Amino acid sequence: MSFLRFLRGEATSARAAKERLQLVLVHDRADLPPAKLEALKDDLIAVLSRYVEIDSRAVRIELTRDRDQQRLVADIPLASSRARRRPIG
Amino acid sequence: MAARVVTVTSGKGGVGKTTATANIGVALAAAGQRVVCIDADIGLRNLDVVMGLENRIVYDLVDVVEGRCKLRQAMIKDKRLPDLHLIPAAQTRDKTAVSPKDMVRLADEIRPDFDWVVIDSPAGIERGFRNAIAPADLVLIVTNPEVSAVRDADRIIGLVEAEEKGPPQLIINRVKAEMVRRGDMLSTQDVLEVLAIQLIGVIPEDEQVLVSSNQGMPAALEPKSRAGKAFRDIARRLNGEEVPFDDLEARDGFFGRLTRLVRPGGAS
Repeated sequence: MSFLRFLRGEATSARAAKERLQLVLVHDRADLPPAKLEALKDDLIAVLSRYVEIDSRAVRIELTRDRDQQRLVADIPLASSRARRRPIG
Repeated sequence: MAARVVTVTSGKGGVGKTTATANIGVALAAAGQRVVCIDADIGLRNLDVVMGLENRIVYDLVDVVEGRCKLRQAMIKDKRLPDLHLIPAAQTRDKTAVSPKDMVRLADEIRPDFDWVVIDSPAGIERGFRNAIAPADLVLIVTNPEVSAVRDADRIIGLVEAEEKGPPQLIINRVKAEMVRRGDMLSTQDVLEVLAIQLIGVIPEDEQVLVSSNQGMPAALEPKSRAGKAFRDIARRLNGEEVPFDDLEARDGFFGRLTRLVRPGGAS
């Protein structure tokens, strides 16, 4: 029963609605739908790879919003940084 | 004092723009203000039936704009409230018959003799919407507590801000307290958090709204209607009164207390 779910603080459909809205609005406001962002990410990886070896599977790129400013935040781990941490031998 | 022009819009259709326009107009006029409601939804005339004035239409908005009649001739006087008037939309024309400039000119002609002009905008973000917001001093955005309507409201907020109309204010319509309480409907708080906009009214779901529109007598005239009261509160807020918002979503009774005990701070 949804009321019991609510009492236990579990996910309700209202919470799902709010989370979906927040996500879709971030993309709407930037006029950058998720698929386009994915394409941007692929291009970014291709360009960066010409200069430095990156761990392309771990690249994260997302839209965030603080106050009135929308931001594109990219986290691009370098392949070498992981290799270096690997034990020798 | 010159009239303030308030435009009621939403983006999404069917959220209650026309109902809100009629009720706000009625509530303002019932409080002794001189009001003109304008139906800017050209081609899909509706405000007349919601206000119960459909049998008295001779001239319409396009007739005024195109100079076939005087402004006063197109103003239909309400049956119950002598200070309430309606300028109906044309039924057989389309929205291109009127331009945003025409609307500004029309509003300027009305302003000196009235206190409020309340404009019912068509759905969408095209010409009809642009017409409706062109003369606005204040834009009210109607939404429902559901994903699609809130998304469209966000888009409209952006467009209104781009037109430098000042910050719009929000009406959340058709709130079902019971569903909010059990976590199956976005709460007022949720919607405000997502949209970051000032609230001017929360209208509870109320069968009286349909009964009223069946009879062409807006719910704001029904003393006992909860939605009617919420619309009257909006009118008072427009007049600068500080009116507290009724807590429609209050968790009262046994389960409410239980919820508060189990989850202090609430979770809506």
